[in-house]
Amino acid sequence: MERSPLVPDPGSAASSPGLPRNLGLPEYVTRRPSGFYRTLNPATKLAIAALEVVTVFLVPGWLGPIAVLLVLAVVAAASHTMRALAVIGLAASPLVISIMVVNLFILPGAVDPIFRAGPIAPTWSGLWFGLLTSTRLLVFSSAVALAYVTTPVDDLLADMSRRGLGRRGVFVVGAAVQMVPRTIERVGEIMDAQRARGMDTEGRIWRRARAIVPLAAPVVFGALTEVEERTMALEARAFTAPGRQTQLRVPADRSRDRALRWAALLALAGVVVLRLSGRVG
Amino acid sequence: MSLDLAAVRYRYAGSSSVALGPVDLRVEPGMVVGVAGANESGKTTLCLVAAGMAPGVIGGRIEGSIVVDGVDAATLRPHELAQRCGLLFQRAATQLTHTTATVFEEVAFGPCNLSLAADEVVERVWWALGALGIEALAPREPTRLSGGQGQLVALASVLALRPKYLILDEPTSELDPAGTALVADALVRAARETGAGILLVEHKTDVLARIADEMVVLDRGSVAMRGPVADILGDVRLADLGVEAPAKVRLARDLQAAGADFTAELASALG
Repeated sequence: MERSPLVPDPGSAASSPGLPRNLGLPEYVTRRPSGFYRTLNPATKLAIAALEVVTVFLVPGWLGPIAVLLVLAVVAAASHTMRALAVIGLAASPLVISIMVVNLFILPGAVDPIFRAGPIAPTWSGLWFGLLTSTRLLVFSSAVALAYVTTPVDDLLADMSRRGLGRRGVFVVGAAVQMVPRTIERVGEIMDAQRARGMDTEGRIWRRARAIVPLAAPVVFGALTEVEERTMALEARAFTAPGRQTQLRVPADRSRDRALRWAALLALAGVVVLRLSGRVG
Repeated sequence: MSLDLAAVRYRYAGSSSVALGPVDLRVEPGMVVGVAGANESGKTTLCLVAAGMAPGVIGGRIEGSIVVDGVDAATLRPHELAQRCGLLFQRAATQLTHTTATVFEEVAFGPCNLSLAADEVVERVWWALGALGIEALAPREPTRLSGGQGQLVALASVLALRPKYLILDEPTSELDPAGTALVADALVRAARETGAGILLVEHKTDVLARIADEMVVLDRGSVAMRGPVADILGDVRLADLGVEAPAKVRLARDLQAAGADFTAELASALG
């Protein structure tokens, strides 16, 4: 068989430029996280997150959100992710505030005002409903975020691939997950460029709002024009080759993972059945 | 054995005008062919056509033939062509997958797509990184590299597929002088270590002067000049085609114009 010029001749000086003696996978590829929750298989964490989300929304009243919140607090403390969850909670604060304001003042059918000041009449019902909805939202986002911050994206993708998801599906999931930081980075670049041309992106809210259009257009159109080049770059790296992708990183899937997944799925089914049968709520 | 373009003409999809051609070009293993030209002279189109991306991936209409080591490129599927002709674009950011945690895994992406055994993937990754002298980047996050480093990782990712020919579309266009020097050094090293045939589109003629053996200048999609790189870069007609001569050539001309004693030693020192 003919040898490619890029395939080194054994024994030649070019055969192993900088080649380490040990050809095994480097430690930074095979590394494993530490701690009980972090070392769970990604699919197990997704199953637990699904149970938490369903419980938050299907168990009526405060029982569901409070129970899940307690579980999340314990896991977050044990996995040292409290700070990350606090940041995510802070990011959700505009939505929480708007939920509170809307429900406090204009909850349909609420007739128990806390006080009246002309046309303004916040209600007790609106306050409680707003608090409950906000808590559900925060617990829901924390459940998803906990799975996200304790799972390296490449572990998640490797596990999906191992479970038979095709390379296109895996790539789409990976690209979607990475889209957020990439978009933030791009917005920063465009904002710097627009500032250099005199656009005011600091100061009062209306000034910032006015800056959104000249920022949004380059972000959206830039992303669209990137698609063609990214497609060609993938083709140039044999992305459409037939066969299954080689896996360098295989996340562990222990018996405890399987047990936890089954328990989460059974509990999830139980919550759904109880809710549908009217035994809760 | 060579990459041959014969009477190639190409139109982009939806366009009535010819973007490239007619072009005849040959790249042989171990040879570096430089390509220069003004904006919109067809340099990027030439790269896309030579690598089979046009019309293979982006559509359009092509005439003439592209033959890679005796095989008609039109008969090859994209992943087969990728193992013969590696393509590197201008921007590193759009070439990285953004789905890998380390440079090692980024470079491994292509070989993994080929379903190679893990041992061979690992061997290819170290080899590609070693060919460019960037083994130290292996544990780094691909998205946290400088422009020059990112471009080298993208090049290593292409090298890991072990193509016989490399098609490089202005790999230093977005780089500062330090990044340009980094990539140029790596290209010299890659050309020496791998023996691949390289088609290098580059508007920085200093880089071409250093790396290329032969050179082609495009003008409005067609070949306007071709020949040994030293002859082309020293040709006064280059400026008329929108290509700036290398700094050494300009300096030598200025010295001669000023009536300086332009000795053979000085000419040699200027390359």
